[in-house]
Amino acid sequence: MAVEVRLPTVLRQHAGGRSAVIAEGSTIGEVLNDLVRNYPGMAGQVLTEDGTLHRFVNVYVDDDDVRYLDQLDTKVADGVTVSILPAVAGG
Amino acid sequence: MATFSSILDLIGNTPLVDVSALSPNRDVRILIKLEGQNPGGSVKDRIALSMVEDAEKEGRLSPGDILLEPSSGNTGIGLALVARVKGYHLKVVLPSNVSIERRQLLHVWGAEVIESPGSEGSNGAVRMAERIHGEHPEWVFLYQYANAANPRAHYEGTGPEIWRDCPEVTHFVAGLGTSGTLLGVGRFLKERNPAVEIWAVEPPAGEMVDGLRNLDDGYIPPIFVDLGGEELLDRKTMVGPRQSVEWTRRLAEVGVFAGISSGAAMAGAAKCAQAIDSGVIVVVSADGGWKYLSTGAWTDDLDTVVERAKRTIYF
Repeated sequence: MAVEVRLPTVLRQHAGGRSAVIAEGSTIGEVLNDLVRNYPGMAGQVLTEDGTLHRFVNVYVDDDDVRYLDQLDTKVADGVTVSILPAVAGG
Repeated sequence: MATFSSILDLIGNTPLVDVSALSPNRDVRILIKLEGQNPGGSVKDRIALSMVEDAEKEGRLSPGDILLEPSSGNTGIGLALVARVKGYHLKVVLPSNVSIERRQLLHVWGAEVIESPGSEGSNGAVRMAERIHGEHPEWVFLYQYANAANPRAHYEGTGPEIWRDCPEVTHFVAGLGTSGTLLGVGRFLKERNPAVEIWAVEPPAGEMVDGLRNLDDGYIPPIFVDLGGEELLDRKTMVGPRQSVEWTRRLAEVGVFAGISSGAAMAGAAKCAQAIDSGVIVVVSADGGWKYLSTGAWTDDLDTVVERAKRTIYF
């Protein structure tokens, strides 16, 4: 399944400046691995060496943070948008 | 009508108002807690008072001392009020791209503003405050992101108020900034009724204001980690500027004049209402609309306001 992945400003340099790219997979883990395969500059930025989600990265399927769904096993349905956002302060 | 000996006695005990007219599910009630009713105009009055009194109790703060705090606005404003009444001097590290009213209010109560680059967002303000504190260890650094008195204000205040006024609550929805409100209220409500779900609403940092060179510059509030935020929250949902402004306007249609982050929280509550069969949602309105009049949120063309909001910090 191909889904749109929206990238934060800091990752766009690794994708030719694009703000969104297409990646394949049926779970978030598969989508992110495909992303890193296609854009190796993102290795270590999105997923850690152990294959877990980077601490300062929040990944959303449509509007929902996958950490509060099934993490990397969260299913990706046709037509959803995956967004990668950096963790920042507020307040 | 009761009389009060100090303006600080008016902090807390905010009203809970039924806004179910805006619920997309007629089997779900939505009540909004109006933190804009606090004397400094936001939910942050609670933590400002709690952090200052905690430091006084511990002997870390004495009359005439200087306080230093990074804040995108409301915490600084709350602290400015408390500091003025109690006789402290406050220096606030404030990103340059907050609404003009936030800066004006800091001056109302005599706080000094140290500007941090708007392009670095709240993270930049935190970094600058840490650096300044390193140079001036004699200044008292309350540091809302790591201060247990922040969530405690909600565990001892906001949470019990909600339980007192609405024990039938099934879902609690609030914005995620320092995470203090969600941690404090969330823990209190789950202790009373473990079935209550805690939903966090997060605004995507405006692309112009995320202030990151790479993802390792990211930030997670130490209190969120220390108090097990990830285990406590049941859901976290992202609400963008367009939805935030749209829901801020809808709130005004039922008479509630609230800030833009309240619109975001309300959008999260509406999403929650759609996702459940029935229930009672309590959502927090962090502040009133007054500080955002200059953004044109209610009056200007929606597209224009949304573009402007992407460059402004409103959480």
